[in-house]
Amino acid sequence: MDQSHIRNFCIIAHIDHGKSTLADRIIEQTGLLTEREMQDQILDNMDLERERGITIKSQAVRTIYKADNGEEYIFNLIDTPGHVDFNYEVSRSLAACDGAVLVVDATQGVEAQTLGNVYLALDHDLEILPVINKIDLPSADPDAVAQEIEDVIGLDCEGCPRISAKTGLHVHDVLEQIVSKLPAPSGKPDGPLKALIFDSVYDSYRGVIVFIRVFDGSVKAGDHIRMMQTGADFTVTEVGIFGAGKFIPSDGLGAGSVGYLEASIKDLKETRVGDTVTSFDRPCPEALPGYKEPQPMVYCGIYPADTTKYPDLRDALEKLQLNDASLQYEPETSTALGFGFRCGFLGLLHLDIVTQRLEREYDLDLITTAPSVIYKIYKTDGTEMDLTNPSNMPDPSEIEHMEEPMVEAEIMLTKEYIGPIMTLCQERRGVYESTEYIEENRAVLKYKMPLNEIIYDFFDALKSRSRGYASFDYELCGYERSELVKLDILVNHEQVDALSFIVYAPNAYARGAKMCEKLKKEIPRQLFDIPIQAAVGSKIIARETVREVRKDVLAKCYGGDISRKRKLLEKQKEGKKKMREIGSVQVPKEAFLNVLKLDDGD
Amino acid sequence: MDDTSLGLYLHFPFCVKKCRYCDFLSFPGNMDAMRLYAAAMIREMDACADLARDRHVVSIFLGGGTPSVMPARLLREIMSALRREFRVDPDAEITMEMNPGTLNAAVLSFAGDCVNRVSLGVQSFSDSELAMLGRIHTAAEAERGFAMLRDNGIRNISLDLMSGIPGQTAESLGRSLRTAVGLGPEHISVYSLIVEEGTPFWDLREKGQLPLPGEDEERAMYHMTKRILAESGYRRYEISNYARPGFSCRHNERYWRRGDYLGFGIGAASLFEEKRWSNTRDFHEYLECSSDPARIIRDLETLDARSEIEEFMFLGLREMEGVTEQDFRSSFGMAMRDIYGDTLDRLVSEGVMTSDGNGRWYLTERGIDVSNMVLAEFLLDDD
Repeated sequence: MDQSHIRNFCIIAHIDHGKSTLADRIIEQTGLLTEREMQDQILDNMDLERERGITIKSQAVRTIYKADNGEEYIFNLIDTPGHVDFNYEVSRSLAACDGAVLVVDATQGVEAQTLGNVYLALDHDLEILPVINKIDLPSADPDAVAQEIEDVIGLDCEGCPRISAKTGLHVHDVLEQIVSKLPAPSGKPDGPLKALIFDSVYDSYRGVIVFIRVFDGSVKAGDHIRMMQTGADFTVTEVGIFGAGKFIPSDGLGAGSVGYLEASIKDLKETRVGDTVTSFDRPCPEALPGYKEPQPMVYCGIYPADTTKYPDLRDALEKLQLNDASLQYEPETSTALGFGFRCGFLGLLHLDIVTQRLEREYDLDLITTAPSVIYKIYKTDGTEMDLTNPSNMPDPSEIEHMEEPMVEAEIMLTKEYIGPIMTLCQERRGVYESTEYIEENRAVLKYKMPLNEIIYDFFDALKSRSRGYASFDYELCGYERSELVKLDILVNHEQVDALSFIVYAPNAYARGAKMCEKLKKEIPRQLFDIPIQAAVGSKIIARETVREVRKDVLAKCYGGDISRKRKLLEKQKEGKKKMREIGSVQVPKEAFLNVLKLDDGD
Repeated sequence: MDDTSLGLYLHFPFCVKKCRYCDFLSFPGNMDAMRLYAAAMIREMDACADLARDRHVVSIFLGGGTPSVMPARLLREIMSALRREFRVDPDAEITMEMNPGTLNAAVLSFAGDCVNRVSLGVQSFSDSELAMLGRIHTAAEAERGFAMLRDNGIRNISLDLMSGIPGQTAESLGRSLRTAVGLGPEHISVYSLIVEEGTPFWDLREKGQLPLPGEDEERAMYHMTKRILAESGYRRYEISNYARPGFSCRHNERYWRRGDYLGFGIGAASLFEEKRWSNTRDFHEYLECSSDPARIIRDLETLDARSEIEEFMFLGLREMEGVTEQDFRSSFGMAMRDIYGDTLDRLVSEGVMTSDGNGRWYLTERGIDVSNMVLAEFLLDDD
């Protein structure tokens, strides 16, 4: 099929505005699947996504649409994640498209991520087709939202589809406008191969499966190809297109098409997302621009709970990174936790999702250490360093001053929670900027806050103090000078490196006291007294003691009690196995993260 | 312990009333139920006699429940059946548990004729504590019961007492202990109350309505118990058991030293030729099937070397004499140090175990206080 009958597009939207539902309807109405085959939310096929209602991994699907003009069009729908943490993934999906369908909720209007995604799409020169969704809801106000889109984004909403993706109402208009308003690809069919890797997955039987968008030329099985960035070359063993949730082999992929290729690629590092695939014999003169490297904002240590599982963790991270290029990691060792990795994440949700995927998909039991942001340290010798691991903090005498990253936080909430949430923000060193009322009962609070203050449990605190009615988004807004110190925790007089963290100096005492108090609750009583201390430098600023067990006796043990007694002892021993040994002290693995939670309702 | 010796345990599940802390297999019974039960037990002994053909019985224990609620006539039938089916040594220790609230002339006379040791479930000599526990007797009845046992010729009496009773203080426990000592029994057991799931005490504790003594107070009681009893000539020989010289309970020692025993009656446990099992806990099933032991056996487990080693340690260390490297080697053909060297060194450094330098290992005073944590260390890893 020639390029004029191909449409490569994605759907972009603020979270919960109905992107995945519209994707489902498009797939349904293009007839690739019967209704019976439709699961809800076809594109979100990972368990985790289903549970959280967020699309994590970008994926693609090819469908055939027979338009009202009687002609058939290939639609390559490329899914994108919706959260700010995943801008990078959005960006790489957009690079494979020529157009974007922008979904805006008719009850909510333009939101932070609506704008964010639009700007990203415009960065990639995509044509944007606005669609107003959820018009079936009683509170829908499509006229006002259309006006808002025109005013705020500057997109023409004359005749834009007003739909209900949920009921399927007017989805046909969307399909027709994809044909009429979004551009067809315009590559050189006979030029040298130039294709973008926009994603990849690893299959233990087939090796790496590379997702590509062909711009110029074509590729088929047997072709000799080269990755322009890594320099690796391969012979293609199979090419094909994306069915819904499955790979369908085809004879070749021509200019403008989206599909996958396999080439017995075993080493994950040789196929980087963003790289350009070209012909080995007839290379294109220059690579595609790719996209900018993602910048992690949050770091933490990840360790296997069972130290012998270190190689498993390494393999899992390697595989995960293959389709989550924004995940960064490097080996590190901790005296408390052994061998593990320091990992960089785009944000907290990203951290959370990666650790959960590691635990679920790779069946690993993990210990994660305190998340840390990147601090800038200006040393007295005039040099500058980025600090991502508190353990690497130089001696205070070598530090001239430090800076910490700040965020612009936007909290959307209902009116009655403004008071408690403002208190929360102030507790977290937030500087109030503004309150805007969107509706009579809903407002957006804006605060400037240190990123450091939101990476532990801000989400949880926000949820519990607003009974779940507040939502939160943030954007990095540079660095500011700050008074910071490293707080160390000592258990039984031994420093636990995994628990060290950087804290705003005036808060050190309170944080230290709180940490000790929490740790006291986490560490079970043992055969001896265990002092728990918080220290800044050599100065002890807080202390608690886990008292020794005074008495633990099973008074009776006769003929009938022996099996029961054994079970009791086994239980006792089992409990101990779940602990990490620090010196001679048993510490439950959950303790490492639990002690960082500040807000426990007291 | 010679390997042809055997202990017998007979379980009587009937009680006048269940105590508020009790999670044992016990329930009220009427005359018919008791008669059927005695007959079933005799059938079971009859069926098992063959197993023990080459064994001689050195100890018998009638426990419960409350064996003393059984009509004496039925108890006599059971004992004569037992003597018919098993070879009982002339000097065998024959113990019966008795509740001070159930003593009548017939039962006392049975005891005088058929047993030579009685364990009297006194629990406390404070009437308010007895009421709290849900016991059916008073302190005065317990003292009178003791005297009547002596009158009926019982020369070896043990008193059961309890520490950690809700509302109990070190002082009131001290009074109970002194009253007990004043009666001059040969043996005293002092158990600390364990609140078990499924008992009224458990529910009360969950609601925060059970005034249990604090951990430190309970420990003080524990230590006071040892002191008072030692001053009166009772030596602690196991975590909860104290005796005058020569009056340790041989039947219970058999449990800790892993000698063979057969249990009869519902729920009764046995250890016989490296196998452990317990009988069904279903009363009607027991009545119906007791003549066919294969049908009432539950939880049959053949002990492997590892389990035997673990049991040797965690049972043996309950005794104050502890365990010896020599016994370990003769039982398992290897050195205790090869298996437990690191564990022993660590526990010694933590002050909970010690040795006499001649291969005998035992818990320290502190080790006894936290014996659950110490004994758990002797379970071996899966490899």
